[in-house]
Amino acid sequence: MSDLSKVRHEMLPDLPPPENTTGPIGWMRRHLFSSVTNTVLTLFTLYILYILLVPTIDWAFLKADWFGETRDACTSGGACWVFVTTRFSQFLYGFYPEDLTWRIDLAFILLAVQLAWLMIPKLPYKGIVSVLVLFVYPIVAFYLLYGGSFGLDVVETHKWGGLSLTLVLAVIGIVAALPFGVLLALGRRSEMPIVKSFCVVYIELWRGVPLITVLFMASVMLPLFVPAEVTFDKLLRALIGIVMFQSAYMAEVVRGGLQAIPKGQYEAAQALGLNYWKMMGLVVLPQALKLMIPGIVNTFIALFKDTSLVLIIGLFDLLAIVQAGLTDPKWLGYSVEGYAFVAFMFWIFCFGMSKYSQHLERHFHTGHGSR
Amino acid sequence: MQDADKTPSSSLPEQKTRFWHDPAKRALVFQILLVLVVLGFVGMIVQNTLNNLESRGITTGFDFLSQQAGFGITQTLIEYTESSSYGRTFVVGLLNTILVSALGVIVATILGFLIGVARLSNNWLVAKVASAYVEIFRNIPLLLQIFFWYFAVLQALPSPRKSIEIWDTFYLNVRGFYMPQPLPQEGFDLVWIALLIAVVASYVLIRWNKKRQDATGQRFPAYWVSLGMILGLPLLAFLASGSPLVWEQPVLKGFNFRGGMAILPELAALWVALSIYTAAFIAEIVRSGIEAVSKGQTEAASALGLSNGKVLRLVVIPQAVRVIIPPLTSQYLNLIKNSSLATAIGYPDLVSVFAGTTLNQTGQAIEVIFMTMLVYLTLSLLVSAFMNWFNSKMALVER
Amino acid sequence: MSNTRQLDDTIMVEMRGVNKWYGQFHVLKDVNLEVRKGERIVICGPSGSGKSTTIRCINRLEEHQKGDIVVADTVLNNDLKNIETIRREVGMVFQHFNLFPHLTVLENCALAPIWVRKTPRAEAEEIAMKYLRRVRIEEQALKYPGQLSGGQQQRVAIARSLCMNPQVMLFDEPTSALDPEMIKEVLDVMIELAEEGMTMLCVTHEMGFAKTVADRVIFMDKGQIIEENVPDAFFNNPQSERTQAFLSQILNH
Repeated sequence: MSDLSKVRHEMLPDLPPPENTTGPIGWMRRHLFSSVTNTVLTLFTLYILYILLVPTIDWAFLKADWFGETRDACTSGGACWVFVTTRFSQFLYGFYPEDLTWRIDLAFILLAVQLAWLMIPKLPYKGIVSVLVLFVYPIVAFYLLYGGSFGLDVVETHKWGGLSLTLVLAVIGIVAALPFGVLLALGRRSEMPIVKSFCVVYIELWRGVPLITVLFMASVMLPLFVPAEVTFDKLLRALIGIVMFQSAYMAEVVRGGLQAIPKGQYEAAQALGLNYWKMMGLVVLPQALKLMIPGIVNTFIALFKDTSLVLIIGLFDLLAIVQAGLTDPKWLGYSVEGYAFVAFMFWIFCFGMSKYSQHLERHFHTGHGSR
Repeated sequence: MQDADKTPSSSLPEQKTRFWHDPAKRALVFQILLVLVVLGFVGMIVQNTLNNLESRGITTGFDFLSQQAGFGITQTLIEYTESSSYGRTFVVGLLNTILVSALGVIVATILGFLIGVARLSNNWLVAKVASAYVEIFRNIPLLLQIFFWYFAVLQALPSPRKSIEIWDTFYLNVRGFYMPQPLPQEGFDLVWIALLIAVVASYVLIRWNKKRQDATGQRFPAYWVSLGMILGLPLLAFLASGSPLVWEQPVLKGFNFRGGMAILPELAALWVALSIYTAAFIAEIVRSGIEAVSKGQTEAASALGLSNGKVLRLVVIPQAVRVIIPPLTSQYLNLIKNSSLATAIGYPDLVSVFAGTTLNQTGQAIEVIFMTMLVYLTLSLLVSAFMNWFNSKMALVER
Repeated sequence: MSNTRQLDDTIMVEMRGVNKWYGQFHVLKDVNLEVRKGERIVICGPSGSGKSTTIRCINRLEEHQKGDIVVADTVLNNDLKNIETIRREVGMVFQHFNLFPHLTVLENCALAPIWVRKTPRAEAEEIAMKYLRRVRIEEQALKYPGQLSGGQQQRVAIARSLCMNPQVMLFDEPTSALDPEMIKEVLDVMIELAEEGMTMLCVTHEMGFAKTVADRVIFMDKGQIIEENVPDAFFNNPQSERTQAFLSQILNH
């Protein structure tokens, strides 16, 4: 045997890493103080955080006043959350009659239950629930919110407002835009030149202009487009504008989903003898819709934030109603509290949804990688 | 199935496909129908609109553009008075939109790149703070952020008489941020000439440095030298010609400041909010662009002995830029479109003075909205044309 | 067989008691290795055995926590200058080629000579062409990596490393990502390189290659060197049970 031969028969044990590379100290050394520049950066960031966070926490929590009737209750020198707590129900329901707000609650509880059902992976009958959400629920919600039948009193839309209006705009905007989006996306991928150019023009037109001009258009021009006898509700006008605008964005999401379906799926469906609509409806769209969910959630987030623009055409969404509250002479000077509250509400919704969509994206990503 | 058994259709050449079974004809009919429906729809709208306009006594056409506007605008980049025409209003609004968009794009880009790079920092704290920034600001409506800066911060500033003074030169109050205005005197042209020379010289220097490196392998920090020249030469010229510049101080007269330059609070609020909001999105684009360059690329470059700076400059950035530019341009486009929120706080942008005031005064909704939308559409088309050009030029060559 | 040939006594790479952890996980356990000038070493072992990590420690793509590494008389420590010196002298070929997709083949090869060695461009391109010719791919010099096959890309990657005129070459599973018909063209280039006297450390499962060119074969498992020997003895008479088990798996495959 040559001198190059070496054999180890006893395996070496696993040893713990050296003290200074693990534990909190090792972690800090690696992640916070690995070099001079890093140390300076860490200290500088800590200083900035100290300057920003300490007074904020002090103001928002430690020195804040939470409950009371008027601004006189705010004596501690910090945030005056009384402004928010006294008007809380207005911020949620707008000018909806107080004894009828259970109808809004019920409508949103129903929606929440159905969405939760769809989002929890293990529950059965997802197809039936989807049909309920898309086709049955809108009718139920309409009668709950607007009334006019089943012994429910009519509540005019100008009384709607606050967070519930924000949600109504966003949910209707996205649900109604979905079918248009699907049609536009199919049209854009179609081989018929006229259909294709119609869809391209429509999509690019709406994606090219700001939502605010669309809302202006819906509120000023729409009444000119219809016979003088027909009058449109202000809310309905805003909704038409939002849906036209949103369906263009939705079309692009759908197109992205369709592009992700491998060509083999189309070929297999055609080989089975399915015609265009059966191929799309039974094979392609069901797969593509699943892939589109993250994109749909992302457009929903964008729309949810954009609904705040309706205050410019005079609807009282969450931001507008707080803004109106701030002009109340009895509550002048509490705008920071008001905006902080609105920001918090929007942030919770948007952040939650964006985490959900990221989770889905990762899920699909791994799911497809393994195939 | 039965049909197929009885008549193998391929062997019967004279059998005619039924009209409705020919895909080409079906498509043709479908498209003709579509055109008819759309034309009918448009015709109906036009008819209704004409009737409505007539019954309300609204004139049509673009004659209003030459009529006198009769209202003032707080910020005008070109000469404008109340007796100017609506056409001039349009231009003033457009220029204000361009101003705030350009300012916003610059700050949002710088901030966004810094935060995007910070998110990838190996310093845990810095990365966390950067990602907190992104998560906070992109999940709060922009309009709310504009309101916050305008109503909660800038409107809370003191009145002009009690302005916050900085070095007795800058004044911050509820009416805006006032600063001295530089008034170039005779001889200042020399400074411009020096700047021009410096720019040209830098260009020549950078070209020469590259040629020299190609020839000898040696190079020197030409970019730093150029920067020094561009800053230094005009300064030298300025001092040599006896500092031909006078600063006009803002002075408190009555209830407000006169003279100097001012940034209106509306512009400031819009600028800050647009920059902060868009920076959150740009940061994400930058982060994913850099992450899109695989770790193997950095490893291979390092293994060749390139220093960290050169790995970034020669390998990571050229690849990341291809991923970053397209979504970045669409963020710029979003910023321009979002600047229309100006109307909510009264910054005199295109939508505010044209689709707002002008529309209300003239009632010519169709023409006004059409012109406004056309501006944004043109911008979008220009940007997407740029993106197509960029993508085709920069696409990585694949098999 | 070249197994018995006389080697230079200069030590090119020396690893003494090298230990590395990923968090709590002990990935390299007391690795000791001396590579002499001109020596060809093949490292094999099951996946996750630490063989790639070992060679990636040599040019500091991975940082070790304990032990010493000396490459061409330069001590590998936290000093950036030392790291750059070592990287200049050590070439590396990766499993996934890692060519720069935004540069042509020629630019890929000339990049490091221009920016690290400060060679004039014309000269750097000459060097690049020389090595591209050696890996028999000079006709593709103006194409982009994305236009080449895997085998061609890997040969370009080898040429790119050679352009820096390294004293040691590290190969990290250079044929694992290749289609079977392309493995040979890459191995042929590696064999030629070995015959010219290059000091090489190869992590590979190509046992045929190990038998032909290696001076020494090293078997690693669970982060430690289990057995090392000249190829004949290693393949015909493995001493450790783990080596025997590994060889029977890989050879009967």
